[in-house]
Amino acid sequence: MSRDATPPPAAPRLSMRMRRALWVWGFLALPVLFYGVIRFYPTLDAFRLSFTDWNLMSAPKYIGLENYRRMLAEPEFWQVFRNTFAYLVLGTPISLLLSFTVAYFLDRIRFGHTLMRALYFLPYITTASAMAWVWRWFYQPAPTGVINAVLGDLGLAQMDFLRSTTWALPSIMVTAIWAGLGFQVIIFMAGLRSIPTTYYEAARIDGVGEWAILRRITLPLLKPTTVFLVVFSSIGFLRIFDQVYNMTTNDPGGPLGSTKPLVLKIYQTAFSSYEMGYAAAQTVVLFTILLLVSLGQLWALRKR
Amino acid sequence: MNRHLLHAGLLAGTVLASAGSAGAVEIEYWQYIYETRVQAMDQLIEMFEAENPDITVKQVTFPYADYQTRVVAAKMAGNGPDVLQLFYGWTDRFVDGGVIQPLSKEAFPDEMIESEFFPIVSAMKRDGNYYGLPTAVRSLALFYNKKLFEEAGIDGPPQTLEELVADGQKLAKKDDGGNFTQVGMTIDMAGQDHQWWREVLLRQFGGVPYNDDYTEVEYDSEAGVAATQWYTDLVTAHGIGTQGFMDEGQAAFRAGRAAMTIDGTFRLGSFRGIEDFEWGVAELPANADGLRSNYASYFANAIGAGAEGEELEAAEKFLAFVSSPEAMQVWLKVVGELPARPEAALTEENLADPVYAPFLKALEYAHTTMFVDEAGQRQVTMDMINRILLQQQPVAEAVAEAAAAEQALLDRAN
Repeated sequence: MSRDATPPPAAPRLSMRMRRALWVWGFLALPVLFYGVIRFYPTLDAFRLSFTDWNLMSAPKYIGLENYRRMLAEPEFWQVFRNTFAYLVLGTPISLLLSFTVAYFLDRIRFGHTLMRALYFLPYITTASAMAWVWRWFYQPAPTGVINAVLGDLGLAQMDFLRSTTWALPSIMVTAIWAGLGFQVIIFMAGLRSIPTTYYEAARIDGVGEWAILRRITLPLLKPTTVFLVVFSSIGFLRIFDQVYNMTTNDPGGPLGSTKPLVLKIYQTAFSSYEMGYAAAQTVVLFTILLLVSLGQLWALRKR
Repeated sequence: MNRHLLHAGLLAGTVLASAGSAGAVEIEYWQYIYETRVQAMDQLIEMFEAENPDITVKQVTFPYADYQTRVVAAKMAGNGPDVLQLFYGWTDRFVDGGVIQPLSKEAFPDEMIESEFFPIVSAMKRDGNYYGLPTAVRSLALFYNKKLFEEAGIDGPPQTLEELVADGQKLAKKDDGGNFTQVGMTIDMAGQDHQWWREVLLRQFGGVPYNDDYTEVEYDSEAGVAATQWYTDLVTAHGIGTQGFMDEGQAAFRAGRAAMTIDGTFRLGSFRGIEDFEWGVAELPANADGLRSNYASYFANAIGAGAEGEELEAAEKFLAFVSSPEAMQVWLKVVGELPARPEAALTEENLADPVYAPFLKALEYAHTTMFVDEAGQRQVTMDMINRILLQQQPVAEAVAEAAAAEQALLDRAN
């Protein structure tokens, strides 16, 4: 038995690698199994459910593409679709631009560096729902809301932040950007630190200006960091839920659905209307969008 | 030491013997977590077990948000509760899903139910069978801030819609910038206003919200437009309040910045914590002809589909007990919800109570909406008002659009 297990002397390296691989897979098997049962199986099952009519109580009834047909015909779905992309298209570039700017300058200061970094990071580790409630109160009309109270004292007109169909979505997006900023700043700073200083020294000796250094050295060398953050933040904005739900609990996703993202619509369809099949169909759409956006971004940013 | 052991042994022996001789049954009772409700049920179980030593009742509770999902999951797994609490609006889903069984006509004859409970119990009836009985019911009333009324020199709460407008105008206050610092009345469709509009205002303006079996929306009418116009005029024409003032109507009232708000019995517990001012309760105002209406709702107790044999028998006994006048008094005292039997509710003591009386009177003329998706239907009403107030959509158009949207919801469910 033990003799069989000892590796033949001819190829000791291969066997060593194999044994290590076995060990690794032995340890990985548990999470893989866990993921398979907890994540992948339900994901695949959602595809099946999306072709059924199921209210949780009775057995799912196969109805073909009816859920998808209903979705495409429903104006609310398209509004939710537009909202979701508004969060993505506005949120991702703004948050990246902001976080890069902050990281770029924060990287240069020494005094108070740690404190500033901690302050930027603090929102990221705060519970999203707690923060959403704080902002919700900030946005209230006077006399409750801080922002409107200040506006009032300055003799300016009140802003209807969360009660306006135009401003509600940007108002909520601001809080989401703020919440994610700290994380992006930290990652950008790590990226900046990983660029060898010799490049900068060489460029400065050659008399290259700061702007050119930024464009020719810093940004290209930061690409892996940027790709990661673009994908990460895009997925975050496509899945936005906490902020919206907590800031609009009275009229979830309102007013008039103007802030409702796809995830909130899925949640309501599933757990307030109990239309599981229809919710699954929407989930499939979200899954497809997430997949396409991620693949598209990876492809676009790799190629250049 | 030994004596203790002996006692323990004797005790265990007697418990076993008595349990064995009477054929002990254990049944499970499910409800969602709400502190006072759980406490009241603990007391009721204790009383019930004292009367029925051969039956043990185990109370199982879940957070409200999970409750329905748990019931469904348990049903699928085949180990559901024997007696469970459900909102009357879930009855269709629970009946269709085979979660609950009809009450037997022997234990709960129709004549008994119909003569001894408030008429709103009919919302538990499907195809000639009752599926549950309420312990307590809830209705709406007008809460008013006595301090603000006094300051404005108003004697008492408004009795009619016209008085409500006049009082509201006197009570609203704005700062120099034109922002409300105090509203005459809260405008909060997300709160109870949608029920007020649906079952009260629509009727007071000569309309009806739905047909008799609640399958057809009928408020796309002159009355529907008039009622909606009257409601939005509170904001646009009379300047009595504004949506979203202090976030929620009940928060504004609690803060003493809203003179009036419409809310239900379930708010009593929370408002009892107010220390800064005295508040009163009045019946919802009547229209010019004196017509009043109200919206009543309730959680009922039903028997799980899985209960059979002696468990079913025990479950029936327990259900009869928790819907008895005696249990209702406990519920009123501990939870603050009104008894579901006129006999227990309309006692001299309750009718003389200034807080309970307006709610109780309402039960005689209240309606109970048969919702198919309460959150969805509320959303339709909220959107209608938002389209009028935020997007200046003409009222008639907004009402027509809402009626069509709600009809689509009903059609999908029926």
